[in-house]
Amino acid sequence: MRKGFDVRRQPGFTAIAMGCFILLYLPIILLVAYSFNAGESIAIWEGFSWRWYASAWENEQVKDATIRSLILAASSSAVATTAAVLAALATTRSKPWRGQTVVFAMVNQPLMVPEIVTAVSLLIVFAVVKSFTGYTGLGYLILAHSAFCIPFAYMPVRARLQGMDLSLEQAGSDLYGTPLQVFRHITLPQLWPGILAGAMLAFVISLDDVVITEFVKSAGQDTLPTYMLGQLRRVVTPEINAISTALLAISVIMVTAFFFINKTRK
Amino acid sequence: MIEIEGLTKTFGEGPTAFTALDDVSVTIQSNEFFTLLGPSGCGKTTLLRTIAGFLDPTRGKLTLDGEDLLSKPPHHRPVNTVFQSYALFPHMTVSENIAFGLQMLKRPKAEISATVSEMLELVQMTAMADRKTAQISGGQQQRVALARALAPRPKVLLLDEPLSALDFKLRKEMQLELKRLQHETGITFVFVTHDQEEALTMSDRIAVMNAGTIRQIGGPRDIYDHPAERFVADFIGDTNFLKAQMLSTEGAGSKVRLSSGAEIMAKPAQGEPPATNGASVTLAVRPEHADLCDPNGALLAGSLKNVVYFGTDTHYHVGLESGEMFILRRQNQPGHTQNWATGDRVGLDFAPGTAQILKD
Ligand SMILES: Nc1ncnc2c1ncn2[C@@H]1O[C@H](COP(=O)(O)OP(=O)(O)OP(=O)(O)O)[C@@H](O)[C@H]1O
Ligand SMILES: [Mg+2]
Repeated sequence: MRKGFDVRRQPGFTAIAMGCFILLYLPIILLVAYSFNAGESIAIWEGFSWRWYASAWENEQVKDATIRSLILAASSSAVATTAAVLAALATTRSKPWRGQTVVFAMVNQPLMVPEIVTAVSLLIVFAVVKSFTGYTGLGYLILAHSAFCIPFAYMPVRARLQGMDLSLEQAGSDLYGTPLQVFRHITLPQLWPGILAGAMLAFVISLDDVVITEFVKSAGQDTLPTYMLGQLRRVVTPEINAISTALLAISVIMVTAFFFINKTRK
Repeated sequence: MIEIEGLTKTFGEGPTAFTALDDVSVTIQSNEFFTLLGPSGCGKTTLLRTIAGFLDPTRGKLTLDGEDLLSKPPHHRPVNTVFQSYALFPHMTVSENIAFGLQMLKRPKAEISATVSEMLELVQMTAMADRKTAQISGGQQQRVALARALAPRPKVLLLDEPLSALDFKLRKEMQLELKRLQHETGITFVFVTHDQEEALTMSDRIAVMNAGTIRQIGGPRDIYDHPAERFVADFIGDTNFLKAQMLSTEGAGSKVRLSSGAEIMAKPAQGEPPATNGASVTLAVRPEHADLCDPNGALLAGSLKNVVYFGTDTHYHVGLESGEMFILRRQNQPGHTQNWATGDRVGLDFAPGTAQILKD
């Protein structure tokens, strides 16, 4: 009897898959490996050392950019997640209203519009605002990052809301809970995993954004990624590798946690 | 007192529109045990959800003790629901679930914990008070749902098949408990069930529903002994339907002629002007109201097709000469010898005034 179709038994599939994995991960592995290089080159191995981590740690510019990146990621993730929860509630928990589809599309707009277009438009708008108000703080970056982080925070929250049994909220209001109390005591406790996942995704997305940040930032507002971009124009040392590896570690930890939360609490 | 007038609920619009409740009017008395009985999809849950406030009706009026309910959101209605799907809060323990309504009503802590223990005892769940609701069985969840809805002592309790997941013994116990509670608390019970026996034993009145309409409302005896139409007679208990011809109406009864030519008195259709003489009508005869006899001089005659033994009673399937099938039921008495065997020619008899004429 003929066996069913099995991808693993098709000739060539294994080779293609291996090729993809190598293309994806080899550069990253090399990057991580050379962050431990004792020499000054990012291509010639001269032995193991923590030297570049120490050097990055002591670099005031790196320190400054890291702190800025973290503040920026934390605040825009908070703003984006709050907005995303409200948007998700409005698109899943209300009677269908006119323009709902339009709003859904607008919420997800950052996923569709090319980043460079958003970046240029923001540059123009903020330039005008700057010239009127004179404000040059981190606010512009927080606003910009919040905006493009919203869809990433929105998706897990919405998925969670859609998977939730509506009759629970009805039972809450049946037992004399006002809409606000029902949200607090019934909806929110079950929504937490979605919210947390959304916030973490937003955090990671903000943390490694280059294009929009580069266009929107004022002078002296380097984040880690834009600082690294700047460094590339000068001498490249494994210090860049060390910083990248640290960033990579943060992202991997957060994304892993995201999957973990989504899995265990479902 | 709940007054429902002309309540209509249509889901969807245009060609896909579906009317789940069609002009339903009924008055439910205070502290009444009122049961909605009907086949799946007839609109029982829809009616309960409208009373609870989760659905806005398309048309109609709904008042509780003279106060309009439709303008109030669910949390302002003194009505609690035992959901068909239980809808227990999964992130809370059993006792937290039961306490929820009282907490929302801002009752004092001492009162809440006293009521919760009382309710736990009532539904025999004290031992599992601190379990999460996902860690208890379906029947236990159902009991917690009941306790949760009872705890705030609402004016009206809506119960959507609250006993369906319980085993026979526990179900009987809970039926008695519910009746006791209804007497003691003065709460109005609106009870939904599929189970006609449950409906007949527990209810003060029953509304039999079909396809979004109420077909008949009455006490259990009324509904069983005087079904108004074929659907009700068929849905409640087993019934035999016989074609007959109306002869005359005499006082409280009507004389009809059966297919065999025999004449007998029958109960006229309720609330209807009696059928005109000579019209053809349908008679409903309960299986336990008929008996087998000698075919000579019997009301109806036929051949015995099947004999089914049920322990407490035996069912006899008789193929009548008119082609209709008649099932009758005889209780098994000690020393009762069976005189009939499959294939025998048998007679059928029932007392005057037991057959019910149905409106068509
Ligand atoms: N939201 C809805 N949209 C469209 N149709 C619905 C909706 N809710 C219920 N219905 C339909 O309305 C009818 C009545 O449903 P309802 O839940 O009241 O039935 P029921 O009598 O409670 O049945 P059961 O005994 O199976 O619980 C069904 O045919 C159902 O498909
Ligand atoms: Mg139902």
